[in-house]
Amino acid sequence: MDTIATLLIGERGIISEESLGDIPLKLLEMGCLPGSDVELLQIAPLSDPLYICVNGSHLAIRKEMAAQIKIIKS
Amino acid sequence: MENSNPIQVALIGNPNTGKTSLFNQLTGLNQKVGNYPGVTVDKKQGICKLPNNQEAIITDLPGTYSINPTSVDESIVLKSLLTVDDENYPDVIVVVADIENLKRNLFLFSQVKDLEIPIILVINMADQLDRKGISIDVETLKKELKTETILISARKNLGIEEVKNAITHYAKSSNTHPLCSINHKIDEDYFEKLKKVSSNHTLYELWLMVTQNNMPESLTEKEKNKLLGFRDDMSKLKRYQHKETIHRYQQINEILKRTYIVDRSKANDVRAKLDSVFTHKIFGYVIFFGILLLIFQSIFDWATGPMDLIDSAFANISELVKKKFEPGVLISLITDGIIPGIGGVVIFIPQIAILFLFVAILEETGYMSRVVFLMDKIMRRYGMSGKSVIPLISGTACAIPAVMATRTISGWKERLITILVTPFTTCSARLPVYAILISLVIPDKKLFGYFSLQGFTLLSLYALGFATAIISAFMLHKIVKVKRTSFFVAEMPNYKIPSIKNVVFNVVEKTKAFVLGAGKIILAISIILWFLASNGPESYKNAEKSVIENVANKNLSAEEIQHKIASLKLEKSYIGIMGKTIEPVIKPLGYDWKIGIALISSFAAREVFVGTLATIYSVENDDENVSTIKERMRAEVNPETGEKTFSLAVGMSLLIFYAFAMQCMGTLAVVKRETKTWKWPIAQLVGMGALAYISAFLTFIIFS
Repeated sequence: MDTIATLLIGERGIISEESLGDIPLKLLEMGCLPGSDVELLQIAPLSDPLYICVNGSHLAIRKEMAAQIKIIKS
Repeated sequence: MENSNPIQVALIGNPNTGKTSLFNQLTGLNQKVGNYPGVTVDKKQGICKLPNNQEAIITDLPGTYSINPTSVDESIVLKSLLTVDDENYPDVIVVVADIENLKRNLFLFSQVKDLEIPIILVINMADQLDRKGISIDVETLKKELKTETILISARKNLGIEEVKNAITHYAKSSNTHPLCSINHKIDEDYFEKLKKVSSNHTLYELWLMVTQNNMPESLTEKEKNKLLGFRDDMSKLKRYQHKETIHRYQQINEILKRTYIVDRSKANDVRAKLDSVFTHKIFGYVIFFGILLLIFQSIFDWATGPMDLIDSAFANISELVKKKFEPGVLISLITDGIIPGIGGVVIFIPQIAILFLFVAILEETGYMSRVVFLMDKIMRRYGMSGKSVIPLISGTACAIPAVMATRTISGWKERLITILVTPFTTCSARLPVYAILISLVIPDKKLFGYFSLQGFTLLSLYALGFATAIISAFMLHKIVKVKRTSFFVAEMPNYKIPSIKNVVFNVVEKTKAFVLGAGKIILAISIILWFLASNGPESYKNAEKSVIENVANKNLSAEEIQHKIASLKLEKSYIGIMGKTIEPVIKPLGYDWKIGIALISSFAAREVFVGTLATIYSVENDDENVSTIKERMRAEVNPETGEKTFSLAVGMSLLIFYAFAMQCMGTLAVVKRETKTWKWPIAQLVGMGALAYISAFLTFIIFS
């Protein structure tokens, strides 16, 4: 299963519906919702955190969090 | 028409929306910063003149992405909106959104809207519509959101008058509608039951009281208990909150589909280009360390001039007052207690203002978020977060604002560790102590014929401070167990050219907060120290007589006799007695009771060390030319050993002691406020004290 953490820089995906329970409320509120388009923009030098654009929001999240958010690569 | 009751307005919005720019435009210089009861979050308020001569009191609430709080700052927003009987409970809310992140901004708006308080939506950065390729149908948006909606550009001062008009028009308006009815799509029965708990509150208010466990005073005991009953099944609560969020976004998406179009081909995105430089795995760090060097350079270089001016100005004022008035207890309190006390605070203003200037510019431009991104992984190894970098940098000016800057760190453990280790960074109060000790004991030689040995020592002390902060963070990381899990998400805002107005306001406000906050403590301790130094038991009162008797047949000038009297008085004063009392404890470190006095008085602020020694050693000099503190200290001889008091070993030992010891009441007080318990400041005092004592002891042995 792909997650945000398995994306390569520049790749996109759609957050899968089954992730809902695993996404913290705060991240949901910032636009990281199931069904949203997510793009990996950058990876920090020590391969963590990840810089993503989801639903128009530009966010930095940690890899462990990203690994819990399942996606379907597009 | 003059109205006696001003309109209460609350400004709410995501961070980085230009909320503060709008606040500055509406209120101008009519701003004041207060405190919310019980917490240290700054309450920013300002007065705005409305077109019909009415006044509005604008409260700038902390930036937040949601009404559901995850930090102290954010919890203020919820509290302000639920406390109906508060004097600043809004008559109208202005939600500030920015054009680029409208969707996410509307999420917060939808929550606020459901509280059914009169509301205005202000969409900022309208001047950027073309550049971002955005087109927006404001009229339809207005209808869909059932809300007055205004496009503005706070930077270009466009649309501000419309906002003022809307405030007059919509304040206390009864025409309020919820946007999203949370009950139907989630669980109708559940929310029907919740609604029946109280008729005085809207359903969404009750829901917030349940989910956030925030029960306002206005509820009866029975209602409170009923609401608490809804908290029995926390997993259900969490599930419903998730559903609510999705439901809100669905509704917003529907509305935006009809009103908001982005043509990506027209968007001119500099963000990606700048990001590829600023977050580059090599250039990113090079640029960051370059900026750090620039900050340090300017803190030391630019601030020296003004600091010297302030120093001499306060000394002159003291002298002037002494000359103008008859000597007495009151004049002594003013010239030796209050004026130097105030001077001890004011002298930090140049360094602190310069530091705040840099931090404000870095935050305004959006660069600070990139630093957080670059540093997070590194800092996490030491139990901190990328967001800990800002406090650690601020600590080089003063630990007090640095500890307050940790509020943005959402993980409690990460925040606590940052608070605990920040005082190790070399603050500006240590600098005068370092400067005088280094020039006393370190030879003025060149290292490898190039680097100054004295400069190298100073640099090493800075490195030592940072290294100790990092190492102790690592140890705390292993020791401190906190149940609450850490959670990290940082918005990466778009790059912006900083607005001069915002930066200036920010610097003035933070500097003022420092002067008033820390200043009170430093001043109070200065006065206590003055009392201890200018009062004493019987032998203190006889000091003058005994000196005059002793020197009767020696050929001394009046000035020299005065010095001798001052010296003996200090020895016999309460603080002199305290110094003698702790002498056995500090003897292993190579210090005598005079240094003991200086150590005790350093608790007001470390740099008081220099002034205290100046008083103590302002004696026993026959040579007229020897007048500076440095020369006096250098000439001082230990009567027991016959060696110089300030030998290399003593000097190094003192340097190490000052690098590690927690000698700052101001910091202890602010740590207590931020952690809400005395446990942590006491742990700092004891832990850092023990480290300082042991290290200073070892240093003394090595160098002697």
